[in-house]
Amino acid sequence: MALSIEDVKKIAHLARIEISEDEAAATLTKLTGILGLIEQMQAVNTEGIVPMSHSQDLVQRLRDDVVTKTNQREAFQGIAPVLGNGSTERAVDGGLYLVPKVIE
Amino acid sequence: MINSSLKTLSQMLAKKEISSVELAQAFLNRIDAFNPEINAYIALDQDKTLAQAKAADARIAAGNAEPLTGIPIAQKDIFCANGWKTTCSSKMLENFVAPYDAHVISRFDAAGAVNLGKTNMDEFAMGSSNETSYFGGVKNPWDFTRVPGGSSGGSAAAVAARLCAAATGTDTGGSIRQPASLCGFTGLKPTYGVVSRYGMIAFASSLDQAGPMAKSAEDCALMMNVMAGFDERDSTSLNREKEDYTRDLNKPLQGLRIGLPKEYFAEGLDANVAKVVMDAVTEYKKLGAEIVDISLPNTGLSIPVYYVLAPAEASSNLSRYDGVRYGYRTPEYTDLMDMYCKTRAEGFGEEVKRRILIGTYVLSAGYYDAYYLKAQQIRRLIAQDFEEAFKHCDVIMGPAAPSTAFKAGEKVDDPVAMYLEDLYTIAVNLAGLPGMSIPAGFSNSLPVGLQIIGNYFDEARMLNVAHQYQQVTDWHTRMPEGLA
Repeated sequence: MALSIEDVKKIAHLARIEISEDEAAATLTKLTGILGLIEQMQAVNTEGIVPMSHSQDLVQRLRDDVVTKTNQREAFQGIAPVLGNGSTERAVDGGLYLVPKVIE
Repeated sequence: MINSSLKTLSQMLAKKEISSVELAQAFLNRIDAFNPEINAYIALDQDKTLAQAKAADARIAAGNAEPLTGIPIAQKDIFCANGWKTTCSSKMLENFVAPYDAHVISRFDAAGAVNLGKTNMDEFAMGSSNETSYFGGVKNPWDFTRVPGGSSGGSAAAVAARLCAAATGTDTGGSIRQPASLCGFTGLKPTYGVVSRYGMIAFASSLDQAGPMAKSAEDCALMMNVMAGFDERDSTSLNREKEDYTRDLNKPLQGLRIGLPKEYFAEGLDANVAKVVMDAVTEYKKLGAEIVDISLPNTGLSIPVYYVLAPAEASSNLSRYDGVRYGYRTPEYTDLMDMYCKTRAEGFGEEVKRRILIGTYVLSAGYYDAYYLKAQQIRRLIAQDFEEAFKHCDVIMGPAAPSTAFKAGEKVDDPVAMYLEDLYTIAVNLAGLPGMSIPAGFSNSLPVGLQIIGNYFDEARMLNVAHQYQQVTDWHTRMPEGLA
């Protein structure tokens, strides 16, 4: 399953990482090397083996339906990113986070 | 004093031979002198440190000290500490001041330990040399031209250069044990689920585990007594009875069965490292241990499996860095998609981006079965190898790293070569077992670690096995010349 430069660009888009033509070419070389390493797995017969997602056989714990967290909006919004596009303010307003308009 | 065990320091504090403030100041002075060169710490806050030390002194005076009260500890910068910059060595979190404490941090606070500062690491713990850090590499205290290992490279250098009494680390594929080997000290990765991951910045959640990095097994046991324990805020934290990890330290090793996996001594292992490890095994025979030849046939597959599973989990975990609620946001953008893509392109370093891309690829439609599912199936085979091996032995021994510390820059452009650094450590994470590395000697003046792998929850026995060796050898007391 050889990777192409178009694949790299597609993956980068899925991962929401901007990538230039030059970066895509350099990344292709490195990813191809890593996928070559990973490819060793294909030689193993794994028919009938139950996939192991976790080392401990755990079930999700349940807890009582009671309030355990206090409101920390101010503390959490105090570390919001800087808005950008010329503004040095934090990207918050009236208790909400500011992002570019997504609905017309 | 800088070479004293935690127990000795604790006794000195109890007898008022030294105050916690004096102890913290002594380490802060050493940090002032050596950190500009070594770069082990990336955040220091003298006022906070000394305030904690003062509080510890008051607690000692009041007569309710615990074993680590007043002891200065370095914290890997992966643990959120309220009011401290917590960056994970990434530009993405360069200005992130944590609004809460990780479980590990609150446990040390409750024990009265003193936070000396936050240590450098590979960005988001992705690396084996500390060279992926946004804040620059860390120098190996034994040879400044070499790397300390990674990802807990700052904590490793801080312990080796005696810039702290002990430190914390995390280990996803070897990030405590490989630096412990390369810098010559004792590091323990506990059984998965023993130490809470709450507030520990996530890399690969099914593999990440925090543990102690210290000068001796006894010190690690005292650290474990603080770090381990159930925490309902981590859904994979195990609800077990509280253990005293020092309880078995003095047990004799007569009859201990040590398994030597033939795969850990095969091609790829430096001959000098192999010799040091085998000399340590000989020492164990003198202590009454029996040697059992074992096989972990799927060892070689652990690296391919890890480089599917860890990036897959990382690509999901790191999707939270979107520039919306905290961390870095690109200064110029047109729309939401542009903001996301630029923020992540600029905020993450090369290795982190590479792993996110690998993870995104192996999880994408059409490839999931061939990569992700296949890797999970082989993960089970790897865990079964250990299950079978532990039918014939009590602990497994071998090298922790294939060679001694390598030169800075040597592997930085070859990710595959860098990944092979973790050949002997990764399988332990995949199986969720405990593993440690202890100093076993030197090769060309560079430290060599002996890895000890135990069965699930066998930390106390492993610490016993390490402690007994440290009673008859002095490798763990050595420190680099010129840093005294």
